[in-house]
Amino acid sequence: MAIDTEERKEPLPERLVAQMTKIGDQVQGSQAWTSIFRPGSIFRKGYTDSPRNRSYVVMNSVLYHLHPVKVKRHAVKVSYTLCLGGLSFFLFILETVTGIFLMFFYRPTAAQAWDDIYILQTSVTFGLLVRNMHRWGAHLMVITVFLHMARVFYHGAYKPPREFNWVIGVILLKLTLLLSFTGYLLPWDQLALWAVTVGTNMMGYTPVFGDQVRFVLLGGVEIGTDTLLRWYVLHVLMLPFVLVIFLAVHFWRVRKDGGISGPL
Amino acid sequence: MVEIPEHLRKRAEEARAKAEAAKAAQAGGPGAAGSGDGASGAQQPAASKIPPHLLERSKAARAQASGGAPEAAAASGGGGVAVAAPPAAPAATGATGPGGHTQRLLTVVKSGSIQDVKSKPQDKVHVWPHLLVVEFVASLFITAFTLIFSIFVNAPLLELANYNQTPNPSKAPWYFLGLQELLTMFHPMVAGVTIPGVGLLALMLAPYIDRNPSKKPEDRKFAISLMTIHLMFWAVLVIIGSFFRGPGFNFVFPWQAGLFFEL
Repeated sequence: MAIDTEERKEPLPERLVAQMTKIGDQVQGSQAWTSIFRPGSIFRKGYTDSPRNRSYVVMNSVLYHLHPVKVKRHAVKVSYTLCLGGLSFFLFILETVTGIFLMFFYRPTAAQAWDDIYILQTSVTFGLLVRNMHRWGAHLMVITVFLHMARVFYHGAYKPPREFNWVIGVILLKLTLLLSFTGYLLPWDQLALWAVTVGTNMMGYTPVFGDQVRFVLLGGVEIGTDTLLRWYVLHVLMLPFVLVIFLAVHFWRVRKDGGISGPL
Repeated sequence: MVEIPEHLRKRAEEARAKAEAAKAAQAGGPGAAGSGDGASGAQQPAASKIPPHLLERSKAARAQASGGAPEAAAASGGGGVAVAAPPAAPAATGATGPGGHTQRLLTVVKSGSIQDVKSKPQDKVHVWPHLLVVEFVASLFITAFTLIFSIFVNAPLLELANYNQTPNPSKAPWYFLGLQELLTMFHPMVAGVTIPGVGLLALMLAPYIDRNPSKKPEDRKFAISLMTIHLMFWAVLVIIGSFFRGPGFNFVFPWQAGLFFEL
């Protein structure tokens, strides 16, 4: 009898744990929960580490299914890719997120742009930090894209069947530089104005229609509030839009061309 | 409907003609068409589309299975098909194959066209967790790096843009400083348009210019040296443009004149 009562009365923490587990199971077993998390989700009830579930994780996730279910063992070696392509893509996402934050506080006119940045830095919570992240992330992205290109070249990964993906990659490099360059003007400070002056003067030397190129880029004969609006739209909308399209083709071709290139 | 290749069809027709000729010769020749064989002999021209040597072979096999097996098997050793009697001898019975079925050669399929193994099995791993974990850690690392760097280093914000006050020197963003450096050496059209244009075009066409199929570094010495020379050339120009150019874009040493560089 004494043993019996002892067994019936478990200590409080264990009873609490049991209760919590029970609630957890009920939530995970509910219809709402299972309708949100598709088979293979690690948040689903009874997820176990099996080859079947490992496949489901990739197949049933909109984000992960950019990847195939399986890749060559060699492809996951960090010493081969140095993660440079993935980091470039991740930095692009980081730039998008921080950029959207900055857009809430910025007006692209010559009269307001600099003041908006100044107020963002001094009066907006985390404004300075997010602007810093956006700026340093942009420089970092130029570097990682460039290094990614060098890595691919030295591995000879542009050779058949991957020739066309290399071409798309070079276009992505140009778009990255253009994105960075158009963003350079937006703070409307002395650095922005004169760096862009130097840059666009160079483009003005394009043979035959140099003046027209410059006029279209600047929205006038010299840099002004029209230029600011034009480059703002390019920076926040058009170039990211075009970049995403090329990015989609780039990723798709990686898979269609048989995954990343093999070992040397 | 699968088309029968021309040469196979021809071969089959030839064989058929030959068989028919042989049968005609047998029927007319030794008068061997006995009492029982008459019927089957009559059937033959219609039914026998099987080459005679195959018929003989199957007949021999049947005989071997039912009766005289031991000696025949011993005689033929391992050959399997070697038991066939000379085609002239048994003549008439043969319109049907083994078990009373007629057999016909429909087509000959080469083994390669059924089973063509193009890729060897590869050593593969699941993306989850092997690849996704690496990507997750890499993205955490780069976020942490950007965040911490941004906490300690502020992005530049100089005074308001002013057309009347040109900074000395005026520099382009760092990745264009190589171009700006070229401007000191060449005509602006060459430095600003021709060289970067030709360079980027050559870069895009690299896979079509480089016809060498090997990916091994030891086979690609020329391509690798060419690329390295260009990258180094470019890096040096950017570094000079960034750190070694002072007022008037004149050459200075940063440890003497100070830095004229903003990111």
